[in-house]
Amino acid sequence: MSLDVSHPTEPEERSRVTSGALQEWTADWGGVALDGVQALGDMALFSWHTLAWLTRRLPKRETLLPVLYQVGVLSLPVVALTGMFIGMVLAVQTFFQFQQLGMETRLGAVINMSLARELGPVLAATMLAGRVGSAMAAELGTMRVTEQIDALASMGANPIQYLVVPRFLSFVLLIPTLTVMAVFMGVVGGYFYSVVILGIDKHHYLYNTQQFVGSFDLFSGLFKSVFFGVAISLVSCYQGFHCSAGAEGVGKAATSAFVQSFVLILAMDLCLGIVLDSIYFMIWPEGGSIFGG
Amino acid sequence: MNASISAAELDRPLIAVRQLHVRFGRQEVLRDINLSIPRGQTLVVIGESGCGKTVLLKTLVNLVRPSSGEVIFDGRRLDRLGDRELTQQRIRFGFVFQSAALFDSMTIGQNVAFPLRQHTNYRAGEIQEMVLARLAEVGLPDSVTAKKPAELSGGMRKRVGLARALVMNPELVLYDEPTTGLDPIMSDVINELMIRTRRNHPVTSVIVTHDMLSARKVADRVVMLHPVARLKPGEPQVVFDGPPSALDRCGDARVRQFVHGEAGERLMEMRSAAAG
Repeated sequence: MSLDVSHPTEPEERSRVTSGALQEWTADWGGVALDGVQALGDMALFSWHTLAWLTRRLPKRETLLPVLYQVGVLSLPVVALTGMFIGMVLAVQTFFQFQQLGMETRLGAVINMSLARELGPVLAATMLAGRVGSAMAAELGTMRVTEQIDALASMGANPIQYLVVPRFLSFVLLIPTLTVMAVFMGVVGGYFYSVVILGIDKHHYLYNTQQFVGSFDLFSGLFKSVFFGVAISLVSCYQGFHCSAGAEGVGKAATSAFVQSFVLILAMDLCLGIVLDSIYFMIWPEGGSIFGG
Repeated sequence: MNASISAAELDRPLIAVRQLHVRFGRQEVLRDINLSIPRGQTLVVIGESGCGKTVLLKTLVNLVRPSSGEVIFDGRRLDRLGDRELTQQRIRFGFVFQSAALFDSMTIGQNVAFPLRQHTNYRAGEIQEMVLARLAEVGLPDSVTAKKPAELSGGMRKRVGLARALVMNPELVLYDEPTTGLDPIMSDVINELMIRTRRNHPVTSVIVTHDMLSARKVADRVVMLHPVARLKPGEPQVVFDGPPSALDRCGDARVRQFVHGEAGERLMEMRSAAAG
């Protein structure tokens, strides 16, 4: 029997290699978890500072107005177009199914309720995340990379108060209006396709809409949109501020801003949908269905 | 009541760092730096790329937070101040960034006026006058105020950066590689501007550079840092601290090589790295 420990036996060697690989694998996953928690904490602190500065000092008019213009006025056409197409697509997709049940006149209720509660807010927010959110991340990322954010800080201006708060405020103030625009154009588009193209009876289309789509539906949509606006603005600004060096870093920041905003929009949509449903059934326990009763 | 600076305040260094360590993740950039800068001194920090000179400069004004150690500005712990107090103190410094860091979305006039609009209540007309005066000081004409930073050359942008840094009459001016990327004549223009600034205003200056010509011309005192990655354990990171005239007499090979621009051992290191 060999007592020479400098030459490990094959099983010993294998187990050493396995345990080494296992350690590395655990360390890798540990690293990912730690990074994730750190990023979450960082993001929470960033959001906290933004809200703190919002309450401490409102942005000046000359800082806020250009951002309001960028976020609101320039997004209006594209949000309207999005809404209109979604309304029409909804009509196209649901008509056949409803016609089979002989309930095509109820199309008005379906299209408009979906628009008000879900599709209007979610798609308007997604369009804003893509159009404004990633542009904001790229702009702030470029400022980070060219030391402009450091320059702001060195001159005694707080970068969060000067750059993030106006963008956050603009999103929160304007996203409900943009959502209304998306929903409105969706209603118009849906009506146009259903009544004018598909030939559904105008009176019944509008009557059913009125019966089943109420102010609570519109309220849900607008309520959700505010949360989406908060998420998009904070995530996009955060990505810009924490941009890594070079053109690659800026590109990554813009992409991450959109992707993370979009995932958050979907997650919040689910959670808020559940919450709003519970509230609805608390206020109106009998509820109401578009399929009668 | 004596309104001028007291004797005790005059003796106290304007800015000092004690046992300063700065780490980014696992990478140590500054190790146990102890430095004290008296009022009115022009300190030049030299060293190879990656030795931590820019990080040191940014730590002095809390743009980078120290991992441990103290940054003391005029008797106050800068790294311990809250947002509001930090803002108050930051008005007392002017920072000239390597690429000037002018705000792209604003005109030159708006850039230079920024600190005034942020911190003072001067009327638009008064602000305009002050901006034009500062730009004239750095040799730029009035017509430049309407231009955007992208329309100017590197040298002009640097001068605008200097004008912006000086507009609030700071006590401490920090320059991050002021002559890098400029032609020899423009470099000398910047050197002259730095000298003229301290002649016209009572400032303390800290200049980070690898331009030895500039360093010798403007410095009262030179400090050289060595990259932490190439230090032996326990070896100090500050390898030289003295007047520029003492640079040539310094016994440390690393200092001599840097000052005379000799590749020496670094070339051998690179060759063996490529071969191995």
